[in-house]
Amino acid sequence: MSAAEITSQEYIKHHLTNLSVGEGFMTVHLDTLGWSVFLGLVFIMLFRSVAKKASTGVPGKLQCAVEMVVEFVDDSVKSTFHGNNPVIAPLALTIFVWVLLMNAMDWVPVDLIPRIFELFGVHYMKAVPTTDPNMTFALALGVFALIIYYSIKVKGIGGFIKELTTQPFGHWSLYPVNFILEMVTLLARPLSLALRLFGNLYAGELIFLLIATIGLFQLPVHFLWAAFHLLVIPLQAFIFMMLTILYLSLAHEDH
Amino acid sequence: MNLNMTLVGELIAFIVFVIFCMKYVWPPIIGAIEARQAVIADGLAASDRAAKDLELAQEKATAQLKDAKAQAAGIVEAAKKREAQIVEEAAVKAQAEKEKILASGHAEIDTERNQAKEELRQQVAILALAGAEKILERSIDAAVHSDILDKLVAEL
Repeated sequence: MSAAEITSQEYIKHHLTNLSVGEGFMTVHLDTLGWSVFLGLVFIMLFRSVAKKASTGVPGKLQCAVEMVVEFVDDSVKSTFHGNNPVIAPLALTIFVWVLLMNAMDWVPVDLIPRIFELFGVHYMKAVPTTDPNMTFALALGVFALIIYYSIKVKGIGGFIKELTTQPFGHWSLYPVNFILEMVTLLARPLSLALRLFGNLYAGELIFLLIATIGLFQLPVHFLWAAFHLLVIPLQAFIFMMLTILYLSLAHEDH
Repeated sequence: MNLNMTLVGELIAFIVFVIFCMKYVWPPIIGAIEARQAVIADGLAASDRAAKDLELAQEKATAQLKDAKAQAAGIVEAAKKREAQIVEEAAVKAQAEKEKILASGHAEIDTERNQAKEELRQQVAILALAGAEKILERSIDAAVHSDILDKLVAEL
């Protein structure tokens, strides 16, 4: 084991370091970016290949599988969002499948991908993009931008400001208090979205790494933790998607 | 937490994926699903209609069968009546024929009997004449005594 030569602390730290170029804010995590774009392309190409051949007749097995996912997302959107918006359903589908695929990288044994890349002289490789806050914040900020955009589009700037200031307290002297409360609510949305996903997956990855340091007994324990992730991985993708739909449907509601 | 330019890169990737999905992935797939749902709904409705039609047709067939049975029974009844009538008519005709034949038979017998009587009378007259000739052993003038002989013949 590689842990024999280095301490387990070093081992974990090594595995949690991104492959990066650049300094300071200009740093780019090549592994996060590469894996996420690769998985996004897997999603897009898979679904696009079905969309191109989509027939109304008897569907093939791949089309059935893809249609199951699409219908599941469509049902989730329709049960929460009652307006007419052509963006929300594809957005929800992209988030669900993309996040699911990125989370699924957690199932790959923690040493497999870094070892393969080490053969080619790449010494750092963090293969689960959702354990990088840059990834989860990018998703959350994208959703946040849409929340702001639709809030203003549906209610107008005046209506949006009114919503931020005139509730929960009706009296004019309490408007600044209202504004602070509403801003906290508003800003908590992307923050909680990003941190929930990041936290769950980062912790999961950390436990996998800890398990990898305990020697021979890691096999059954590793299996148990991976089985537990059968729940965590789709659940986190689903939660991210549902909250996105919920926040956007709230943005469409006119009080 | 080290947020950096990766975030911007991911944001761009996210936007591109969402736009691609919105333009080229979602509409064809959901369109195919909805079109198929419509086809299936149509098919189910058609099968419902067909089942109802079948039920109606069965009812109609049953009614027609009942009608046909009733009609057949009526026809059999009429035929039986007609048969009885024909038998009766035939019997009446046969009776009449029989009487006619009997009557003609009687008439023939009567004429034959009369003829025979006539022949017999004439022969008796001849016999009587011959007898009388033999008895008297002399010739009698037939012309003179013919009135007596005629009277004799008439008495026979």
